[in-house]
Amino acid sequence: MGSCAALATVGASLRGRAVAAPSAADPQPQTMPVTLTINGRRHDLTLDTRTTLLDALREHLDLTGSKKGCDHGQCGACTVLVNGRRINSCLTLAAMHEGDAVTTIEGLAEGDTLHPLQAAFLHHDGFQCGYCTPGQICSAAGMLSEIEAGWPSDVTDDLTQKASLTEDEIRERMSGNLCRCSAYPNIVAAIRDAGTKL
Amino acid sequence: MDMNQPIGATPLDGKLDGLVGRPIDRVDGRLKVTGRAPYAYETRDLKNPAYGFIVEAAIAKGRIRSLDTGAAKRAPGVLLVMTHETVPEQGEKKEQVWPQLQGPEIRFHGQPIAFVVAESFEQARAAAALVRADYDAQTPDASLRAAQATAHEPKAAQTPPDSKLGDFEGAFAAAPVTLDVEYTTPVQIHAQMEPHATIASWETGPDGDRLVLYTANQMLNRGQSSLAQVLKLKPENVRLVSHYIGGGFGSKLQPQPEATLAALASKTLKRPVKVALTRQQEFHVATHRTDTIQRIRLGADETGRLTAIAHESWSATALGDAFFETSANVTRSLYAGANRLTRHRLANLNVPIASAMRAPGEAVGQLAFECAMDELAERLKIDPIALRIRNEPEQDPEKQVPYSTRQLVACMEEGAKRFGWDKRAAAGTARDGRWRVGLGMSAAARLNPLMPSQASVRLNPDGTLTVRMAMTDIGTGTYTILAQIAGEMMGLPVERIRVEIGDTAYPKAAGSGGSFGAASAGSALYVACDNLRQALLRSAGMNPDGAVFSEGRALSGNRSETLASLAGAEGIEATGEIKPGAMKEKFSQYSYGAHFAEVGVDADTGEIRLRRMLGVFTGGRILNLKTARSQAIGGMTFGIGAALMEAAETDTRFGSFVNHDLAEYHVPVHADVPAIDAVFLPELDDKANPLKSKGLGELGICGAGAALANAVHNATGLRIRDYPLTLDKVLGGWAEQEGRAQRRT
Repeated sequence: MGSCAALATVGASLRGRAVAAPSAADPQPQTMPVTLTINGRRHDLTLDTRTTLLDALREHLDLTGSKKGCDHGQCGACTVLVNGRRINSCLTLAAMHEGDAVTTIEGLAEGDTLHPLQAAFLHHDGFQCGYCTPGQICSAAGMLSEIEAGWPSDVTDDLTQKASLTEDEIRERMSGNLCRCSAYPNIVAAIRDAGTKL
Repeated sequence: MDMNQPIGATPLDGKLDGLVGRPIDRVDGRLKVTGRAPYAYETRDLKNPAYGFIVEAAIAKGRIRSLDTGAAKRAPGVLLVMTHETVPEQGEKKEQVWPQLQGPEIRFHGQPIAFVVAESFEQARAAAALVRADYDAQTPDASLRAAQATAHEPKAAQTPPDSKLGDFEGAFAAAPVTLDVEYTTPVQIHAQMEPHATIASWETGPDGDRLVLYTANQMLNRGQSSLAQVLKLKPENVRLVSHYIGGGFGSKLQPQPEATLAALASKTLKRPVKVALTRQQEFHVATHRTDTIQRIRLGADETGRLTAIAHESWSATALGDAFFETSANVTRSLYAGANRLTRHRLANLNVPIASAMRAPGEAVGQLAFECAMDELAERLKIDPIALRIRNEPEQDPEKQVPYSTRQLVACMEEGAKRFGWDKRAAAGTARDGRWRVGLGMSAAARLNPLMPSQASVRLNPDGTLTVRMAMTDIGTGTYTILAQIAGEMMGLPVERIRVEIGDTAYPKAAGSGGSFGAASAGSALYVACDNLRQALLRSAGMNPDGAVFSEGRALSGNRSETLASLAGAEGIEATGEIKPGAMKEKFSQYSYGAHFAEVGVDADTGEIRLRRMLGVFTGGRILNLKTARSQAIGGMTFGIGAALMEAAETDTRFGSFVNHDLAEYHVPVHADVPAIDAVFLPELDDKANPLKSKGLGELGICGAGAALANAVHNATGLRIRDYPLTLDKVLGGWAEQEGRAQRRT
């Protein structure tokens, strides 16, 4: 179904190629149309089916705030919110998100007013190089919703009660987001600070 | 300004509440928390780039017999498959920047053997997987231990590989108390969060070829010069741009193969080419910290006074490379002792290229030496701090010149007080439920260099100031401290300072590395601002004696002028330059500190958890207390990783790192880092540079891991001399202890 559009797109991009055309035996790339709502705005895209959500954001939509640190779901730098839940956008294909609402770091602030997490990261120096930061902030936003929804973690003592926003809970729940500059203590302080304000 | 004499009073000394030192938020912080800071791969300044993907050698030693690129070339979207048969001509290697795809010979696993360029990332990656290489493979030499006996004396880097003072062998033989121990540290990986990435655009023009690279690089002018040689271009025709860098820790001190390959592909295709290393490629294609074997011999009298000190280190790097880990350099300066020996040996193996990683030398040297000091203290039944105080030198023992400043004892004493060091129990005796608990400490010392740097400042007609230099900010806070220095020198708030760095189009600067960034770039800026002040006063006919710049005005005598009015219609510019001078030779310059760590070791599983940690440091004038503390904590956390988890495991059969991704090469995560803090003692170093500051970027890692290792010993009674300290080694040690106890009964 999507293959007509697919061929057209690929054909256009192949013009000017320096090498011989692919033989009939070579596999053709597949493309698919996909509609994503990103930071409240609708985008109609036709993408190579191999395109991750992360690369769709970074290479096709100019939303480079979400970072590629490992492309294998091991570092968390690409964390975005999909329908309110945090996911590693490198571990999911864009084509799997037809109709989904995606929030990236670019969608958290309201105009010039920073999201409370962004303001707290700035104030507590919750970053150095800044490369893991969008992922840390999006992850923290998702994590606070999980606590709010009553999800326990490995360090939650009483599973019948809503977890409180202790340093241990934050550390446990944020451990999928690596920071090699190791701003960890400052990130925890920032999340506690913002979490109590939200 | 050449740093030939101590600095007198400066405008930075006057105000207690001055802008320099204040813990202001990062000036680039808003861009970073909103995702709007563009890193190298993200620039849109170079239009319509094609995407590159590196194909790596799957063997560590041998030759490519044949390279089948047919399927890759036919794959959809492919524009170029570059191999050693098709790569454009290149020049000679410079420093650690090699020409790429130089022939069929394979020297290390992961060596790039082809570069595939396509219209999209997905197409390039898929086509790269279609490149087929057949090899004549040989068994690689990839074990440092196996090569230890034949390792050679390396060429001197900045320092000679060996040093000698007095008669070590004689003094060691005569010493009543001796220690002779071997420590090993594994290969470590920088694992900066932003992989190496470059977008290159090669343009052919009437006045020669020009190359622009948006690239993740710590030292732009060094990269410019090495790439120019390798790519056979004039240095002034190579421009590197690196506005935001996602961490470096040494991995981006020099351009890595992706930069060279992108440039060559762009030359061929006449179109910008972008490429990032995959996380897996980071481990082999880019550099790492070598593993080390270190032998330490200490001889002391019964009071703990050291009479003999020897520190020997073996390390490895790739064939044809000269980099060696200077593990024993800091030992030349740290403690008193009349008879001394240090020695470095290097093995060239079929391993990827070793290079500098955060505090090269000190980081692993102190992992070993500061534990050896702990061992000696225990043997002598002296407190480890007391042992270090007993061996506090009056001057640098090998260089035989005074220290510019040295507050190691103050750091240890302040740390002991804050941390509750007096609560430390005898080894293997403290317990908290299922946890055996221990405290450990270590000294920290890191060389304080100054590098040549230039800066320009321009006072604009609207009274704002533009700072320019080819400096970089790798997360250290350069943008912020430069704004603070310029702001205080010119009496302007940071909001009116525009810092433009990260571009070789600007005045040459040291870049970020070796703990010299802030001091070197900051001093060049200081000199430029000082020159601007004089120029402004001169042009206004104001008396420079006692002149003050404050709140946007220049004040002298009874004159008071706004900077905007002094700038005139055109604005006014000044430049400044700093160079190291005689102070480097006349004084021994180090930053110092002391680490304290408390660990718990699970009595059943041997799992080690850090419970709390404190670093007390001196680094001359602190330029921004907030970013300085962050850097120190970051360094300490690198030490946690080095002590407890970081090791790239070499498969010596294949010369590869088995655990080459972030799931299996473990760096500290949130849950590994409990309450840790860093504090700074007041200090000004007037021999270091005009800011009277010292480097901080690497001090935090120096000795940090040793403090944890010493705490593990204090908790368990075990001395594990093979980093990292993992639970298998604890359990093995306990089993051995029990075996010994049973044999005794």
